[in-house]
Amino acid sequence: MTGLEQYDLVIIGAGPAGMAAAREAGEAGLNTLILDEQPRAGGQIYRNIGRPILRDRSILGNDYYVGESLLAGLTHSLVTHIVNATVWEVTADNTLYYSAEGVSRQVRFKKLLLATGAQERPVPFDGWTLPGVMTCGAAQILLKSSGLTPAEPLVIAGSGPLLLLIACQLIRTDARIEAIVDTTPACNYGQAFKEIGGAIKGWRYLLKGMRMLNEVRRSGVKYYKSATELRAEPGGDGNLASVSFRKGNILHQLDCKTLLVHQGVVPNTQLGRAIGLEHQWDEVQQCWKPTLSENGCSSHPDIFIAGDSAGIGGAMVAEIQGRLVARWIVHQLGGTERRDPGIDSLRKELIDQLAIRPFLDHLYRPLDMFLKPQGETIVCRCEEVSAAEIRGLVKQGCIGPNQTKAFCRSGMGPCQGRQCGATVTTLLADELGKSPVEVGYYNIRFPIKPVSLGELAGLNQTRSVKAQTDQTTARN
Amino acid sequence: MAADLSFNRLPCNERAEIEITVEGQTVIALEGETVAAAVMYAGLRPTRTTPVSGSGRAPYCMMGVCFECLMNIDGKPNTQACMTEVHKGMVISVQQGAREVGGDSI
Repeated sequence: MTGLEQYDLVIIGAGPAGMAAAREAGEAGLNTLILDEQPRAGGQIYRNIGRPILRDRSILGNDYYVGESLLAGLTHSLVTHIVNATVWEVTADNTLYYSAEGVSRQVRFKKLLLATGAQERPVPFDGWTLPGVMTCGAAQILLKSSGLTPAEPLVIAGSGPLLLLIACQLIRTDARIEAIVDTTPACNYGQAFKEIGGAIKGWRYLLKGMRMLNEVRRSGVKYYKSATELRAEPGGDGNLASVSFRKGNILHQLDCKTLLVHQGVVPNTQLGRAIGLEHQWDEVQQCWKPTLSENGCSSHPDIFIAGDSAGIGGAMVAEIQGRLVARWIVHQLGGTERRDPGIDSLRKELIDQLAIRPFLDHLYRPLDMFLKPQGETIVCRCEEVSAAEIRGLVKQGCIGPNQTKAFCRSGMGPCQGRQCGATVTTLLADELGKSPVEVGYYNIRFPIKPVSLGELAGLNQTRSVKAQTDQTTARN
Repeated sequence: MAADLSFNRLPCNERAEIEITVEGQTVIALEGETVAAAVMYAGLRPTRTTPVSGSGRAPYCMMGVCFECLMNIDGKPNTQACMTEVHKGMVISVQQGAREVGGDSI
């Protein structure tokens, strides 16, 4: 493996965690490579931050534009930032493969930091595959990168802080919102109240939430609280035509062209899974997350994880974790003789920033209909497998998610289980009377993103990464 | 493409306008945006049909994880429209069912 480009640190993902880590690493003298799937840095939260598109900055609000300060981390001479780069394999011998501009390359690393962020929790319900249904995160991305608001009339349905945020942002654009349908279960409020101590410590987040609720109320947009039985219906053309839900004893039906849905975010664990890192089930957040040391080290001694891919904490937590983990890596690689006192103060900051999480996690635990769907609701979008079909497999002797692939192809489509994985585990656990940990998760295999055979064949003939870098970064 | 399905463009900072072709029609996109955004601005829905039942789909996550936005872009089938930036003269069409053999993708 001689002749390959080698870095002290390779970071995957240029969101808040990745950008903050890159800055620390560069300043400490580490030869650092940061690979990002997008054409511009920022991750999803600060998407397109280097080149904001909306003329009216009040639409997205200050919390978006604070991301501008993180971009400086990528300009250090020791930091190489490659855009449009998709990592498709990492091997246990510290080699990484990525594709950029139609060419695949391999690089070696001493340490690897996964900062691959979160994805929205898949929210199976009847009609969620219809053209016109999309996630709240998708609507935010369209605002941030294209200045677009969805086709109207528009309904926003679900639960969580991001639901309120996109509602407020769209209200500021004067988009025609028919209704906000809040599916936060009524019983969650009591559960969350038990965690009020943390919420008070994290009062800034609490205040922000209350401001958003106020903004929604003042707007006059209809707001249905504790709604259940969410369902999207098609029109004659097969596209979304209406949404229905129950509020108390009344069944409502609203015509709409776009339905934005959201049930919180979960760590994006696809790469860590494929590498074979250890993961654990988070019962409160109802999702998988990697098993990490307090310094962000995974079950592989050279692979670290920071930001939302380590467990959901939000942008500020991601930034602090990125700095903390980078400093620890600097320490490990011998960049500093003594223990870095900055690590301890970052750890304290993290504890403060995370204080609100138990409150939020209990408050926004999704309705069971989204976590444990029934009947004909599609679970695997790619292969069109229903909840009833997955549940029925248990009677045929299916004991785990990897067997469902053979039984019904769930998880074998192009998304490689990203949209059905957690649900399939939960449904099997439900039917078998076991815990999600006992049931386990899909084995994720490389390549984790599509890569052409031509690229694979050309792996050994590619030009040096530096030459390519000059081209790709120049586009920024 | 239907006008009533078009996404609405808010006042934007200066961006070059780019002509692309979507389902045989000329569409104006903004430089730096993705194909998925451009086709939603054009009011295209669905953007693919599934290989299993032939039902319609459209972009869902916009961040590369759901693979619902697969389209035929410049002759390359099964391409993620949300991960592909528009360029001048780009030709985009709906991905109908499974891709045909011959595309350079696995």
